[in-house]
Amino acid sequence: MTAGETHQAIEAIFRIERARLIAGLARVVRNVDRAEELAQDALVIALSQWPGTGVPANPGAWLMTVAKRRAIDAIRRDKMRARKHEEIARELDGEVDDTPGMIEAAMNDDLGDELLGLIFTACHPVLSADARAALTLRVIGGLTTDEIARAFLSTEATIAQRIVRAKRTIGKAGLSFEVPRGAERTARLSSVLEVVYLIFNEGYAATVGDDLVRPGLCREAQRLGRMLAGLMPEDAEVFGLLALMEIQASRLPARIGPDGALVPLTEQDRARWDQLLIRRGLDALARAETLGGDGPYALQAALAACHARARSPADTDWPRIAALYDRLRAVMPSPVVDLNRAIAHSMAFGPEAGLRLVDEIADAAALRNYAPLPAARGDFLFRAGRLAEARSEFETAATLTRNMREAAFLLARADACAENC
Amino acid sequence: MRVMVFVKATEDSEKGFVPTPETTAMMEAMGKYNDELRNAGILLTADGLKPSSEGKRIAFDGPGRRVIDGPFAETRELVAGFWLWEVKDMDEAVAWVKRCPNPMPGPSEIEIRPLYEMADWQE
Repeated sequence: MTAGETHQAIEAIFRIERARLIAGLARVVRNVDRAEELAQDALVIALSQWPGTGVPANPGAWLMTVAKRRAIDAIRRDKMRARKHEEIARELDGEVDDTPGMIEAAMNDDLGDELLGLIFTACHPVLSADARAALTLRVIGGLTTDEIARAFLSTEATIAQRIVRAKRTIGKAGLSFEVPRGAERTARLSSVLEVVYLIFNEGYAATVGDDLVRPGLCREAQRLGRMLAGLMPEDAEVFGLLALMEIQASRLPARIGPDGALVPLTEQDRARWDQLLIRRGLDALARAETLGGDGPYALQAALAACHARARSPADTDWPRIAALYDRLRAVMPSPVVDLNRAIAHSMAFGPEAGLRLVDEIADAAALRNYAPLPAARGDFLFRAGRLAEARSEFETAATLTRNMREAAFLLARADACAENC
Repeated sequence: MRVMVFVKATEDSEKGFVPTPETTAMMEAMGKYNDELRNAGILLTADGLKPSSEGKRIAFDGPGRRVIDGPFAETRELVAGFWLWEVKDMDEAVAWVKRCPNPMPGPSEIEIRPLYEMADWQE
């Protein structure tokens, strides 16, 4: 490497190393804040030295050693201070300063494992879902508080406070920064995957703001998903989630029409789907299935894959989709899944099949005032030739939706029923 | 942003892959490097290309189409392999390329080219 490295180049190297650095340090100092500070200190030293010396052959190890040295120095200082107090109390004893040695040992742990430990800690269920997402984006994704605030359309102060509180909660709970094992691992893993998918969905189906999608957040979640797949190559659901995100993201270029409205799946220009992401998604799904994937993410990915494989809406394998919904319903029971299942069955086996299933769930409390329910029922009735009933369902749906474009669409469908009555 | 990262050809790569202790060690180092890229979440796809002697060029001139068989001259301008990465910016791509093991036995070059994105077309 040559001398004369620019600050920009050094900061780029630091960004690559940052998460691992914090992970390694956090396990030792048991404090995310302190680990972040130590990592930052190491960057400052690199910025002052590397322009003269050139970038070391292994910049990650260099930064870790520097940060570690500072951590040890700080601990020594604390010990000295403590010892002075002891002297005053005339209680001098032969205590051995073994902490640096301990740190040395802890530092030599497998780095991938440390990173995973930090991810599990940032996504610990003691934290709220929002706090987990913000902290993960901060310490693993390396986003600034300002970037996170913009992504979640929040203020920098709110996000900063959320992160501070999360770190404090982690400290109070005395979390170990280790990768959980056994049964706890399964439970904690679902908490990690939930956070990654939450970040993805915040980008994919933006719940607030004027933009319907924020692709930057999707990319961040995909990156996290790919990292997890690298770190946990034997977990079916990790690959299931990755497959789901890659396939959904493949549709981003086709999801928003020229008028800024969401384009439904069946009406998207499939030529604009990102074939590279589809292939990556199908590969990840194959891996999930090899690992015996039958969890909620693998099944949802399998559903997404059915659409990704179809060259046109008419080519969609609806019987397979219906069968997948039957299985998804068992592992992820929800009225919304039931409704989608009814739609899939109507596409596969005709409108009567859809009507039968939708009538089974019509009383579910969660679906009361849920516009997609009467919209789906209207569609089944329309296709069954029961136009008067269909019209009334579409009108009900139009009054329930808060989305003006959707309401207009539903009213147009109601009018079409009236014309054909 | 997406970048395509090209490993440029050399006289060695144009001879085709020859298993020697040297090339085996390089492949191993490259495998490790690819693992790093994958674990960082930036690797989208990658592949190596056979020498240009196995390639063809099609020359366009108006309606004309003329097929030219490899190998091609200007060895150092040819491509021997590629990655497609999703990175935050060019600085990150450059930092990653710098830690790539030298892909060739002698001096070699790697070139980074950003892809056009949707936003580039919206003027």
